[in-house]
Amino acid sequence: MSRPAHRRPEYHKINKDLFVLTYGALVAQLCKDYEKDEDVNKYLDKMGYGIGTRLVEDFLARSCVGRCHSYSEITDIIAQVAFKMYLGITPSVICNNSSRNEFSLILDKNPLVEFVEELPAGRSSLCYCNLLCGIIRGALEMVHLAADVTFLQDRLKGDSVTEIGITFLKKLDEKKYRRKK
Amino acid sequence: MAIFSVYVVNKAGGLIYQLDSYAPRAEAEKTFSYPLDLLLKLHDERVLVAFGQRDGIRVGHAVLAINGMDVNGKYTADGKEVLEYLANPANYPVSIRFGRPRLTSNEKLMLASMFHSLFAIGSQLSPEQGSSGIEMLETDTFKLHCFQTLTGIKFVVLADPRQAGIDSLLRKIYEIYSDFALKNPFYSLEMPIRCELFDQNLKLALEVAEKAGTFGPGS
Repeated sequence: MSRPAHRRPEYHKINKDLFVLTYGALVAQLCKDYEKDEDVNKYLDKMGYGIGTRLVEDFLARSCVGRCHSYSEITDIIAQVAFKMYLGITPSVICNNSSRNEFSLILDKNPLVEFVEELPAGRSSLCYCNLLCGIIRGALEMVHLAADVTFLQDRLKGDSVTEIGITFLKKLDEKKYRRKK
Repeated sequence: MAIFSVYVVNKAGGLIYQLDSYAPRAEAEKTFSYPLDLLLKLHDERVLVAFGQRDGIRVGHAVLAINGMDVNGKYTADGKEVLEYLANPANYPVSIRFGRPRLTSNEKLMLASMFHSLFAIGSQLSPEQGSSGIEMLETDTFKLHCFQTLTGIKFVVLADPRQAGIDSLLRKIYEIYSDFALKNPFYSLEMPIRCELFDQNLKLALEVAEKAGTFGPGS
C-alpha cells in the first residue's frame, strides 16, 4: 500500500514556438556580435558543448540505456532515443566509411529551422544549428568518446538534405581522466 | 532512520556531496566526581575513552560535551584542554557526554577518495570485461551501495542491511542530480554541490525510500 514516489512531471509542456524563437534570438544576437561566420559557428558549438556535458546525465538517468559496445550502436541511440527525447524527431543513420568510425545523421525535419527560409546575404557559411553539434560533442566526451561533429550538408545553404557528420576519434582513456575546458 | 548517509564522488575521486541522516547514535551523559574512573587519552585531535567501559560508555567513545557545552576537538568550549580540565579536582562534579565520534569533513574526503581507488581496483580485478565495479559492501551493521554512471560519477548510499529498494533510490538520486545540480547554470561540473533544491529533493527522496523500503521484503 505504498504511495507512488513524489516525482516532478517528466516533461513539462511549454510552447515549442517559444523555444524556437529563443534559439533564433540567440543566433541573431550572435550574428550581430560577431562579423565572421566562423566565430558565430564556434561560439554556438562552445555553448552546445556546455549544454551537452550536462544534458548527457539527464539523458542517461531517464532513458536507462546500457553501456554501448560499438560506434554504430552509439549513433543509433543518439538518433533514435536522444533526438526523439529532446527534439521529437528521429534522424536516420548512415555509416559513411568502411573503417566504421564515420557516421551521418540525416534530419528531414528540424524543429529549430521551422521558421527560417534561408540564410541572410553575407552569412552563407553560417551553421544555424551548430548548437546541436556542440551538444553531441559534449555529451560524447562525458562518456569518454572523442568525436568531431559538424554539419556536412544543410538545407538552409541550398543542399537537398540536412546532414550531421559524427567522426569518432580515438577513445579517451578513462583512467587518465583530466578535466578539459 | 534506516538510511545513514549519501556520498557523491566525482570522476577524479573527490567528494562533491555528503549527507548524514541518521538519528544521533547512542550517547551517554553522566555526572562524575573526582577522581574520574575512566581512562581517557588523546587520539587524532579527540579525547577518547581508552579503558573503564561501563554504563553505556564504551571504549572508543569520544568526549562530546562537558557540562552541556560541546567540546571542540581536544579543547573545551572555553578553549582549555579537556584532559587538563578533567585532571583538576576543582572542576568536579562535572557532567560529561560520551558518544561515538562523528567523522570530520576531511576524514570523509579521504574515505571517498579511498573508496574511489578501491572501486577502480575492483573493476580491474574482474575476470570478465566491462565489470560494473563494486556494487555493494556488506557488514553486520550497514550495507554500502554504490552506483557508477556511464560518465564516471559515483553515488554511494550507506543504509541498514534490512533496507530494501536502494537500487531504485540510487537511480532516483541520479535523476535528482541531473535535474537540480546539473541544470543549475551556476553550478560548475565536478565541483562541490551547494544547491538548496538538490538538498531538499534528496532528503525527500530518502524519506520516501525509507517508508517504501520498510514495507517491502527485507533483503
